[in-house]
Amino acid sequence: MDIFVLLKMVPDVVEELVIGENGKSLDPQMLRVKLSDPDEHALEQAILLKEKHKGTVTVVAMEAPEVDEILFTAFAKGADNAVKLTGDWTGIQAPSIARLFASYFSSANRQLGSQALVLLGSQAIDDLEGEVAPYLAELLGVPYIGVVTGIRLDEENKKIMVMKEFAGGLRGEFELPLPAVLGVQAAEKPPRYVPVAKVRSVMKSSHVETLEVPPPEGIAGLSIDRLFTPEAAGKAEMLEGAPEEASARIVEILAERGLLGR
Amino acid sequence: MQEPILVLAEHLKGELADITFEMLGAARKLADQLKAPLYTAVFGKDVAPLTSQLGVADSVFVLDHPQLDMPSADVAAGLLKKLVEQKGVSLVLIGGTNVSAGIGPRLSFRLNLPFVNFCRNIRVENGSTIFTSQLFGGKILSDVRLPENRGVVSVYPGSFAADAGRSDKKPSVEKVDLPVEETKIVFKRYIEPEAGDIDITKQDILISIGRGIVSADNIAMVEELARALGGAVCASRPVIDQGWLPLSRQVGKSGMTVKPKLYMSFGVSGAPEHVEGMKDAGLIISVNTDPNAPIFGVSHYGVCADLFDVLPALVEKIKTH
Ligand SMILES: Cc1cc2nc3c(=O)[nH]c(=O)nc-3n(C[C@H](O)[C@H](O)[C@H](O)COP(=O)(O)OP(=O)(O)OC[C@H]3O[C@@H](n4cnc5c(N)ncnc54)[C@H](O)[C@@H]3O)c2cc1C
Ligand SMILES: Nc1ncnc2c1ncn2[C@@H]1O[C@H](COP(=O)(O)O)[C@@H](O)[C@H]1O
Repeated sequence: MDIFVLLKMVPDVVEELVIGENGKSLDPQMLRVKLSDPDEHALEQAILLKEKHKGTVTVVAMEAPEVDEILFTAFAKGADNAVKLTGDWTGIQAPSIARLFASYFSSANRQLGSQALVLLGSQAIDDLEGEVAPYLAELLGVPYIGVVTGIRLDEENKKIMVMKEFAGGLRGEFELPLPAVLGVQAAEKPPRYVPVAKVRSVMKSSHVETLEVPPPEGIAGLSIDRLFTPEAAGKAEMLEGAPEEASARIVEILAERGLLGR
Repeated sequence: MQEPILVLAEHLKGELADITFEMLGAARKLADQLKAPLYTAVFGKDVAPLTSQLGVADSVFVLDHPQLDMPSADVAAGLLKKLVEQKGVSLVLIGGTNVSAGIGPRLSFRLNLPFVNFCRNIRVENGSTIFTSQLFGGKILSDVRLPENRGVVSVYPGSFAADAGRSDKKPSVEKVDLPVEETKIVFKRYIEPEAGDIDITKQDILISIGRGIVSADNIAMVEELARALGGAVCASRPVIDQGWLPLSRQVGKSGMTVKPKLYMSFGVSGAPEHVEGMKDAGLIISVNTDPNAPIFGVSHYGVCADLFDVLPALVEKIKTH
């Protein structure tokens, strides 16, 4: 199998998010970024498939802050190739990003073969349009399924069985031929951890290929009027004081409602 | 007058999903403000009986077809595109659910119209419609406008009241005959949730943990609290995805919807996908180090503190009570 995984950096929402002066985007100065969670799962799923069925894993990312470290981490986890696309990405939005990757996969020596599987994160948290994966599938003319939580390959290496999540723990199994594009929500196993020392040593031995790509033209995305923070619903009554005091108050509340001693 | 608004009715296993009524309610209000007709479309196998519940719409278009048992996103987008063109629709609302995932972008691509994801509110200002979407897991909201109010909008579940979309009115139903495209995707079977050791939907007391728990080793502390209270431990998605607890313990959009008498959360931020599954609990008490954590917005009581301080203190106080 030739597996491609597209990796994207997103703001780390554990940090406070600050809206920039233009009111339309986040203040880049205040931003801490990390690899999008579902992408980490997409990478894990790719490596699990490679371990089972052989083949190669290629990670592809658009240039972004701290992306190099992510690409080397992917090497350390078992990826075979890493590609960084560079270019002027100012204001680029999902439809254009999909076009950019589509042109990457359409150029002469990189067309998707009958063993190719492209994995993306199911959905990132940071863009309004979202869903680069289905756009990409449309452009490449291959089947797509999103919210994937498991992938199996059939014996003849031609078809994949894909698990898709619905709701309430209900899932569905679908069969589709390769090549295909999938949006991964969660890998079959938790993403593996690699020690920093291993990433460091990989940095010396591996090479990230860089490729300059012209931005696709003329696809206007949505225009944002303004960004704002939701009004705190402020519903909770906050219990003040040291943990002991707050705990004592909780116990009182539970006792009043007959929720203790059950 | 604006061109028609179309809602794609969502259903699973022979039942209309709540999101269908949530969208119909919101779309009815919008259609009245814009003086536009409101349409809804139902595609599927044996779906004709569902149409009787869709009286909020002015017209219901139904396509009952054996190949549409579980239409894939490309097939659904193909049908919608034809319908939109035939009926001159300007705005399409689709559920922002796992079931409908992927239809919106495909449709927007084929119609060459903008796509708005994660829509949580819709309002009209001076004749132009403004869509409020959530970004960054609900930490930021954004307002966008669509040129000429044309586009495809994915509506986030739980954003609108479902009741406004229900009516006893008999709808006007029209059978449509649209060609069903071939697809390479074959639906094989449903996989029902594994029973798991504990059914969290049947517990009166749930202690919920999120990413703030940091590691599987810390779960023992939480189990001690659950034992002291006679409840069970459940979790947000990251905890499950890390493999620290089984899938049967996940609360939220893709996990279980729970309604215990008491829901205590530790280190859960309160992302909309989580809140969807627990907001109706009788009493919600949350512990989080971040005073602005959205979980406090749906909790009755909050403690802004480190869970690793509160957990032992609380167990101690319960034991000595
Ligand atoms: C299609 C889809 C389906 C999804 N389905 C679900 C679902 O079913 N259920 C679900 O839960 N999520 C679901 N999610 C994920 C959801 O969007 C959030 O990512 C997730 O709920 C966040 O989990 P969390 O609150 O544990 O983690 P985070 O958002 O990372 O929050 C951790 C919180 O812990 C707090 N914290 C950290 N350390 C401490 C400490 N020492 N003491 C106290 N507090 C601390 C932090 O302040 C923070 O608020 C889904 C997402 C998608 C895209
Ligand atoms: N700029 C990007 N660079 C690399 N991958 C991307 C980029 N944008 C989107 N993707 C991929 O598409 C997925 C879905 O992103 P989105 O459509 O923005 O929700 C991500 O998880 C990535 O796998």
